[in-house]
Amino acid sequence: MTPYAIFTAFQTIVVREIRRFTRIWPQTLLPPAVTMTLYFIIFGNLIGSRIGQMDGFDYMSFIVPGLIMMSVITSSYANVVSSFFSMKFQRSIEELLVSPVPNWVILAGYVAGGMARGLGVGFIVTLLSLAFTQLQIHNLPVVILTVCLTSALFSLGGFINAMLATKFDDISIVPTFILTPLTYLGGVFYSIQLLPEFWQGVSMINPILYMVNAFRYGILGVSDVNVWIALGMVLFFITVLVVVCLRMLQRGKGIRH
Amino acid sequence: MTNALHIEGLVKTYGDGMHALKGIDLTVAQGDFFALLGPNGAGKSTTLGIVCSLVNKTSGIVRVFGHDIDTDLSAAKLNLGVVPQEFNFNQFEKVFDIVTTQAGYYGIPIKRARASAEHYLRKLGLWAKRDSPARMLSGGMKRRLMIARALVHEPRLLILDEPTAGVDIELRRSMWSFLEEMNRQGTTIILTTHYLEEAEALCRNIAIIDQGLILKHTSKKELLQQLHVETFVLDTDQALTAPPVLNGFTTHLTDEGALEVEVEKGQGLNEVFAELNRHGIKVMSMRTKANRLEELFLRLVEENADSGAVLQ
Repeated sequence: MTPYAIFTAFQTIVVREIRRFTRIWPQTLLPPAVTMTLYFIIFGNLIGSRIGQMDGFDYMSFIVPGLIMMSVITSSYANVVSSFFSMKFQRSIEELLVSPVPNWVILAGYVAGGMARGLGVGFIVTLLSLAFTQLQIHNLPVVILTVCLTSALFSLGGFINAMLATKFDDISIVPTFILTPLTYLGGVFYSIQLLPEFWQGVSMINPILYMVNAFRYGILGVSDVNVWIALGMVLFFITVLVVVCLRMLQRGKGIRH
Repeated sequence: MTNALHIEGLVKTYGDGMHALKGIDLTVAQGDFFALLGPNGAGKSTTLGIVCSLVNKTSGIVRVFGHDIDTDLSAAKLNLGVVPQEFNFNQFEKVFDIVTTQAGYYGIPIKRARASAEHYLRKLGLWAKRDSPARMLSGGMKRRLMIARALVHEPRLLILDEPTAGVDIELRRSMWSFLEEMNRQGTTIILTTHYLEEAEALCRNIAIIDQGLILKHTSKKELLQQLHVETFVLDTDQALTAPPVLNGFTTHLTDEGALEVEVEKGQGLNEVFAELNRHGIKVMSMRTKANRLEELFLRLVEENADSGAVLQ
């Protein structure tokens, strides 16, 4: 395939992915908007007003970056895992497998689709947060870099989950039992400085803590961890997951007999 | 001239140890209309699955228009269009989107993809349904949608795995005409089918596969010449209680009371009628018991089972 043909194939996958999640927007775009609005109202306004300041910011301002990041993570992951698994389930993945699209383009297309939904939802949640607080941007490049890399990383995670899944239950296990607890414990609602020393140490092995804090640094200028270490870790995990995904595609894990 | 498809020593052993293909050789010339026939589980879909990259081969060589799928897979795929046995499109997507998306996977820009999709959807009588979700189509329409999707990038080799399964006779005939037209225009076609009448009507060359081995690989004409016995079913004017003894012919009575006569190669039907006249039996109507290819196919598969290929 020529570079232009490869670009057309990539564009086709991305457009189809965007068409899919916008067609079913009440399932994909609306729920995070509703959930995050409730978080803003309940945790930010009602409870937050009694909590006072966290890391020098009012509680609402403190949790907004974490909640934006939480919606980006879950939406990126959910988009790829549900789209790719449903293609496997309906066997429409064969449309791609018989075509000359290289494996890396398939992966790039799905990751871009996941990022489109993740960033789209992140944008919606950001707009909603403006109704509750004034958002300042401390470091725009860090904000953009963190949100894009995190979205890419969890899109890759969703891809692996979809490749390995053999039934619908398998695509909800990771989000329910791993992703959600790690996100809640990743400093979305609190600074780990509040925790006893032992639990601070435990928190440091949670990768989501680094992403939430890097993003919070970009917006508020405060972080529990070193931003550059956080971004380096995300880049490292992205590299590992890309290699894993490409090997799985090469072997046809779960998609070829 | 390079063959459209060249298969050499193709072996497939599935993870559970099942030997689906035991080293098959197969060639399909450019422009051919080729049938791959065999009973269920013979290895037809596995063979085609390997050619289309849906199944990983264990060993062997596969070339599509000279492009080896191990070293030049992308070029091999560009020449291929595939119509699988089962519906494998997103049931919630619109007909037009399914076809144009497939064109996009082949690197065809959207404007050209739309024109090509319109062309094939019109040809296959689906243009009026272009905005319908695929799940709303009838079974026959879904089959035609898969043909349009397979053709949208104008492949040189079209592979159809039981394309007319479950399709009514009228639609089946119209699909035959369409495929014959595609073949006349230069597209090489390989099909698997359970309707041997279909293979006999459409194909010039035939391979018969059973238990992972190619039993026959020859032209339809040559294959039919190997048919030594043909069975005719005669409805007579009398209610026969026992088959009459006809000199030189084997006869049976069917449960419905019709007379079956086996006619060997070189024997004439006139002799059958002469013998029946001698018994005072008048023939009211006559038909073949099975179509010729079907008869030959059944014999070959039975012989293969008897020869103990099952144990291999």
